[in-house]
Amino acid sequence: MPKPTDLFVPAPLRKTPKPGAAGVPKSPAPQDLKTSPPERPTDLGRTGEKALEAPVESLAWIDQRMAASGFLTGMLFRKVPKGTNWFYTLGSATLFAFIVQAVTGVFLAMFYTPSTTQAYASISHINNDVFLGQFVHGMHKWGASVMVILVFLHMGRTFFFGAYKYPRELNWVIGVVLLILTMTMAFTGYLLPFDQRSYWASIVGININGTGPIVGPYLSDFLRAGPELGATTLSRFYAIHMLLVPGAIIALIGAHLYLVVKLGTTAPPWTKTGKPRIAEPSSNLDAGAPGNGYHPNGAGSTIAGVQIDGHGGGGAPA
Amino acid sequence: MADEADKIKQPYRAPEQVRTEPPPPGYFEGESMTRRKVFAVASQALGGVAGLAIVLPAVGFAVAPIFHRGKERWEKIGPTSDFTEDTYRQVVFTETPGIGDAGKTLAYVRRSSKELGEEPNQFVAISNRCAHLGCPVRFVQAAGNFICPCHGGVYDFQGKRIGGPPVRPLDRFQVRVTKGQVEVGPRYSVTSQLEPVRARDPGEFTGGVWEYLYPPRPSTFPPP
Repeated sequence: MPKPTDLFVPAPLRKTPKPGAAGVPKSPAPQDLKTSPPERPTDLGRTGEKALEAPVESLAWIDQRMAASGFLTGMLFRKVPKGTNWFYTLGSATLFAFIVQAVTGVFLAMFYTPSTTQAYASISHINNDVFLGQFVHGMHKWGASVMVILVFLHMGRTFFFGAYKYPRELNWVIGVVLLILTMTMAFTGYLLPFDQRSYWASIVGININGTGPIVGPYLSDFLRAGPELGATTLSRFYAIHMLLVPGAIIALIGAHLYLVVKLGTTAPPWTKTGKPRIAEPSSNLDAGAPGNGYHPNGAGSTIAGVQIDGHGGGGAPA
Repeated sequence: MADEADKIKQPYRAPEQVRTEPPPPGYFEGESMTRRKVFAVASQALGGVAGLAIVLPAVGFAVAPIFHRGKERWEKIGPTSDFTEDTYRQVVFTETPGIGDAGKTLAYVRRSSKELGEEPNQFVAISNRCAHLGCPVRFVQAAGNFICPCHGGVYDFQGKRIGGPPVRPLDRFQVRVTKGQVEVGPRYSVTSQLEPVRARDPGEFTGGVWEYLYPPRPSTFPPP
């Protein structure tokens, strides 16, 4: 039924009739009016949710600034060749042995006195009086032998599996330097208890160094800090043992591990390889071409065969 | 991933639009190095000098003992009447002071013997440090020999090597007599003919060409 105003109001300006009014069908009520409204989260609930997310948030805060997650996921989830077996854990075992030596060594240094007149007494004090002293000293002493043995087993694994070949020769060379440094640690550490055995073993060891022609005699003088084994010898060995060589070892372990992650590991020689199972070595080297930062694209995609893009791209100029 | 085209850093320009850049400030005709290069080289050289200023003293500090000779020490070991021609007497004396028992050493001392063709009225002090690797040798009266427990080195009554791995005779100490008291002084080594040379470490040959392969160390005293 038309309204009287329709006579003079043009059609576009007319008021639309209400639903349910004359002639206009009623539309169904909105769905959310038929049910009770959704429960609003309480303040407590919201705080709890935030607390749950806090670790993630703080990690994200750090990662936004360090951009390390790309590298870390590339490293931790990298693909390893088929046939990887327990022999491949010898390197990690050596690293663990080194960490044991570093930690126990720090605590032994708290009680040890590098003086010719007090060294033996301080070791006796550690063994007999200090709580768990004999245990920690024993860990350091036997751990030293364990580390040397593990280094050689790890070296044997690398040699017999042919893992020293291209492109991993540099890592072999670094490993050999690490072997020499480990032997230096074993040699210098042996004198520190300053008992009869360590005294005479060091005399013999220094004299073996001296048998090298031309430089040998001077090397002996350098090790002893003089023509005879004396007070300076012990402090010299102590400084080499706990400051010089550990620093070098830590730095070289870093380089060693970097190359392991960068180049990947080798398959055992008995694995039949039709196609290379990881990216070609040559493409690894290409990834380092100028203008294409290794991190994270090179590191992620070519080492591990895992594609990691975008996030953390601080190091990767596009 | 970036496309190949994205890697081109210079946008394309028509040849007529390419302009040569104005020369950098301070440029003059015929200059061989830019100012930037000069500063780069100069700052690196300065850094190198600073690095050497740290490294050289530290290395010198560590290797200085090679060139340092300690004070000459003479230790009294008893009156001349204590020593005979036909057998040795053990004396313990301090060779390296300040480190307690570790600085002590042992010498076997006797009078020189005419039967062995030695200069008369002298004293012979033989070090018990084995010429192989420095273990302590012992004089065995029954055999009349010095015997080393470590690797089986054997020396005769005069200290000449007669068996085992040692490379030269036993070392000796200089001996002098002051007011009837025998004193031992610096160590020296001998050749296989018992000619005195500067002290060598165990394991090092003496005499002939070996004098050059195992050169004398500045930290030792001249032989008598």
